Amino acid sequence: MELELRGITKAFPGVLANDNVSLTARSGQVLALIGENGAGKSTLMNILSGIYRPDSGEIVLDGKVQKFHDPGEAIKAGIGMVHQHFMLVPVFTVAENVVLGVEPTFFGNILNAKKANKEVQEISQKYGLAVDPKAKIEDLAVGLQQRVEIIKVLLRGAKVLVFDEPTAVLTPQEVIEFFGIVAELKSRGATIIFITHKLKEAIAIADSITVLRGGKVVGHADPKTTTQEELAAMMVGRPIDLTVNKAPAQPGAPVLTMSSVTMTDDMGRALLDDINLEVRAGEIVGVAGIQGNGQTELIEAITGLLPLAKGQIKLKDMDITGSKPRQIHRDGVAHVPEDRNEMGMIGSFTVAENLVLDSYYSQPYSHGVRLQRGAIDEGARILVKDYDVRPPHIENMASALSGGNAQKMIVAREFSRDVPLVLCAQPTRGIDVGSIEYIHEQIVRKRDEGVAILVVSTELDEIFALSDRIVVMFDGKIVATLNTSETDPTQVGLYMAGKNS
Amino acid sequence: MSSQLDPQAQEDLLNPRERSFTQRLATAADWRSAILIPFLAVISALIIGLIMIILTGSSFSEAMNAYLALLDGSVGSLRAISETLTAATPLMLAGLSVALAFRAGLFNIGGEGQALIGGMFAVWVGFSITGLPIFIHLPLAIIAGILGGAIWGFIPGILKAKTGAHEVITTIMLNYIALRLVDFLLKTTMFQREGRNDPVSKNIEVSAEYPTFLSGIDSALRVHAGLFVALGAAFLIYWLLFRTTIGFEFRAVGANPSAARYAGISVTKVYILVMLIAGALAGTAGAGQVLGVLGRTTPGFTADLGFDGIAVALLGRSNPWGVVAAAILFGGLRAGGQQMQVSASVGIDLISVIQALIIIFVAAPALISAIYRLKTPVASAQISKGWGA
Repeated sequence: MELELRGITKAFPGVLANDNVSLTARSGQVLALIGENGAGKSTLMNILSGIYRPDSGEIVLDGKVQKFHDPGEAIKAGIGMVHQHFMLVPVFTVAENVVLGVEPTFFGNILNAKKANKEVQEISQKYGLAVDPKAKIEDLAVGLQQRVEIIKVLLRGAKVLVFDEPTAVLTPQEVIEFFGIVAELKSRGATIIFITHKLKEAIAIADSITVLRGGKVVGHADPKTTTQEELAAMMVGRPIDLTVNKAPAQPGAPVLTMSSVTMTDDMGRALLDDINLEVRAGEIVGVAGIQGNGQTELIEAITGLLPLAKGQIKLKDMDITGSKPRQIHRDGVAHVPEDRNEMGMIGSFTVAENLVLDSYYSQPYSHGVRLQRGAIDEGARILVKDYDVRPPHIENMASALSGGNAQKMIVAREFSRDVPLVLCAQPTRGIDVGSIEYIHEQIVRKRDEGVAILVVSTELDEIFALSDRIVVMFDGKIVATLNTSETDPTQVGLYMAGKNS
Repeated sequence: MSSQLDPQAQEDLLNPRERSFTQRLATAADWRSAILIPFLAVISALIIGLIMIILTGSSFSEAMNAYLALLDGSVGSLRAISETLTAATPLMLAGLSVALAFRAGLFNIGGEGQALIGGMFAVWVGFSITGLPIFIHLPLAIIAGILGGAIWGFIPGILKAKTGAHEVITTIMLNYIALRLVDFLLKTTMFQREGRNDPVSKNIEVSAEYPTFLSGIDSALRVHAGLFVALGAAFLIYWLLFRTTIGFEFRAVGANPSAARYAGISVTKVYILVMLIAGALAGTAGAGQVLGVLGRTTPGFTADLGFDGIAVALLGRSNPWGVVAAAILFGGLRAGGQQMQVSASVGIDLISVIQALIIIFVAAPALISAIYRLKTPVASAQISKGWGA
């Protein structure tokens, strides 16, 4: 099925989210749609899947103009979305999830489980999507859950498959398997749209690439001839340096020392299992791993947000095991949390308030219980300027900032403190290339000042770009400690998947 | 560099991240939801009220007369204004109690019980101590009321902090306990008036009464000094919320408890402190009724003060001065309703209906926006994610 978008325009009050966007996706081909956050990718996909209606422009399927009034009509017309965040019921089986909403039944309301299993089996065989229909979703790895999402879409008769950031949650090995699935779908004539911000993957998998910026199509590229640098420049509108320039590390004395740190959940299962880790002054240690393998708990252990079952954590020579979060913060630990919106800032607070979120109680921001608005505003004005937060209006709500600028605000708050240890969890998740470049520079600058830095990231590229040493976490354990210069992404990827090569 | 938002920020504004029910109801992001929506909600409720009067068999002119009586009874004379303020005084305090809790992300439905216990503490100090001058006795009675309410607010606070028990459940249950505890206490010799078999407390001493500062002009002017206590409390809560580190912590926990925790704020400590202060405010409201109007306590003497406080806090958008304005409006409806009942024979129950309608409209701003065709991107941009079918 050939999909064509003709002159799609969609305006929201004050912003033109899609401005005369035209593109074509052909049967048996992969179209990669790339662009930064806010380039209009999500709006375009919401239009395609019937959630929004365009102000003008047409969606054409095999030469027929379509008008979708709701998502149901888009599905009927053959458009299937595979979302970045899976929409699955964890306690249901694969088959139950797949047929949810279109269940085969006896007498109209009794689930025909056998038929459901069979339908799922058929599709998974036809497309080479091996998965057990009777397995429970919660027992499946993320890569397999994604297959279930794909089967779900295929069962509903999708001819055009839209993948929204499909590789964000996958291990390097799972990404390779996913590419295999895409090739299989292609060979069976599916039309595939692949939304991503990972330029390397777009080049690897696509037959053609369309670049969006500021709601407009700014260019097309042929994956056979283009380069990452060229695509990045198109996305951002200026040349971009994708590598992080840094001199070799000059490690000093240990700043963070964790010995035999173990943490358990309510049921007594180990979340962190005998962690031994050292971060020295003037080095960046990167923690690689697939999300949910103990990285969050590692950070919460160091910051005192979660209690340890056993073990010891030392900051320089000071034992901070069991100290309260505020005490650890004051002792000299800065922390850029992994989830900007949920943990790092308060959207309904002003930029100025967010910049003192963890220091409002100290001089000069307060005297006794009285907040000193003057001092808070003055400090904030300096920080937004020093850290290039745009727009630099400290009275704006933080929620009005773009992701990249919100992250710069958080980095400003944490990096402006004179502390020996900085923790950065997912420091550039979901932000624009320009801000990524800036934040990476700041992290390296901090290292060169002699600060010990621990970076947690699920992006292997980021780990390799920043780290002097890499530790890999799997299932709550540190399964490898490697020097960046002596390893490569394939080896780290194997450790991430729990395979002790 | 223009101050225009970039597309991503715009998208965030259009599709705001989910906020909790209480956050959404209780706080206003801009002037539109702070002033325009409540104003239109009141107008709409009054119009529907008018239609209801007509539907019950009155002519249009009779219905308009009822509204004129409502206006006359609330602001038409010095006496009407005095009645309005008398009714508004406890509503301000009860509203502040709910509003403060809203700001910290808590839903205090327990104002009723806190006011009852506060009132019982105050009445006991009011009648059991004799021979004190007013400038000692009255403050003592008020402090007793504050203490009683604070105790009743502390219980759900500590339960939430230590066990995670939801404050909505615990405060509702504590309302029942308080209600029956009052019934019980009023039958004990400690409280029951001598020579009476019905549950009614002893009368408080004159030295524990709030002075009626306008009674020199006309002895029927009931407005009492409790009004200044309520206004003072509004100022104090405003200052606490927006000028102190304590208020910063309250608001941070209310807006995003997980970010507050990451910033090193003790969320459990905030829950306990907020409920303590919220209880104290409701207790002051109950004590004010005893010391300023009733002079004694009877079963259910607070007359749903705690629940009206929820309505006042919602209409006032949890801003202390908004709460004061909303309390005066509701006080006016209450006072005017009496006049309406007497001179236009329209039942005072209509006032409760109008109040309820106001709250429904405030709680459903999209409805108001649709009726008045306001341009409001926030209300209409509710999109569904995932499978539509």
